[in-house]
Amino acid sequence: MSAACQITPMPVVVRIGPLIAACHSEVVLHADRLNRLDCAIGDGDHGTNMQRGCEALLAERRQLETMPLAETLVEAGRILIMTIGGAAGPLYGTLLMELGRAIAAADGAEDFPAAFTLAVDAVARRGKSRPGDKTLLDVLCPLSELLAQAGGSEDMPDRVAALAEMTVPMRAMRGRASFLGERSVGHMDPGAASCAFLVAAVWRELNGERGA
Amino acid sequence: MSAATTNVGIVIVSHSPLIARGAADMVRQMVGDSVPLAWCGGNPAGGLGTDVAAILQAIEDAWSDAGVAIFVDLGGAETNSEMAVEAIGAPRAARIVICNAPIVEGAVMAAAEASGGASLERVVATAEELSPS
Repeated sequence: MSAACQITPMPVVVRIGPLIAACHSEVVLHADRLNRLDCAIGDGDHGTNMQRGCEALLAERRQLETMPLAETLVEAGRILIMTIGGAAGPLYGTLLMELGRAIAAADGAEDFPAAFTLAVDAVARRGKSRPGDKTLLDVLCPLSELLAQAGGSEDMPDRVAALAEMTVPMRAMRGRASFLGERSVGHMDPGAASCAFLVAAVWRELNGERGA
Repeated sequence: MSAATTNVGIVIVSHSPLIARGAADMVRQMVGDSVPLAWCGGNPAGGLGTDVAAILQAIEDAWSDAGVAIFVDLGGAETNSEMAVEAIGAPRAARIVICNAPIVEGAVMAAAEASGGASLERVVATAEELSPS
């Protein structure tokens, strides 16, 4: 089943199975890099944890494809929460669950940027964080603004990669990286990195582009 | 009802099953079976981390109508515990508190308080006195 959803100025159709496969491939491709980033300022398992979450989504993709988009997002979020096992689980899980709930509440009034903004706000509350704290919010919040103002960007993968890059000079204020204080400066936040990879993968899939 | 079901329950959530189990052993040594107690540790793959499903099960195992106090170690344990409490939902979620206290000392102090029949609020306050405000 497909559901219409506007993420760019052009309406696109969300095909859940291929979308999950694209996210899974992206995370598998970058799992080692995410682990290395996490080794520098955390516990070194972010890539492994994200891969486990994406594998769980992949295993359930047939069922997820049969649901309306809003329900798919809520269920996918629940699966990530139950399988990732690190702090990323509740953060990515909350993003998808709240996105699904916001889309359901909009009841057909297609305003993806507004729904996305609500979901990102929920992630900020869940993580008790804000932009500048060196978290995935440093990608999600500017992305949310970009979607609201322009509906998207032609060069989305580059834009989100640049946002993740901007976490390098930041000092971590949340999570285990914050224990390092000033020593967290000079490393990219692994959550921002995985977020940029996933947004790029979703954008390419929704826009019919394959491969990195 | 027995003391074990009328006293506040204690749940210990660590990234490490060894820490969670060790803290639970210390609680048991202190209060015996007078307080419902459960622990969990490790991610769904068995590595270091936390697991929402395991936390949910621990809350069920330590459930008391007087409420449950949860003790966590690092950030992910807290966030995943919050997810578990939300998953349990109303009305029981209102009787579950994730304590801002050191995991070992907090759990032992809270259990000692709970074993005397103290309310959830009293148990939580006793544990949280250990944390610098």
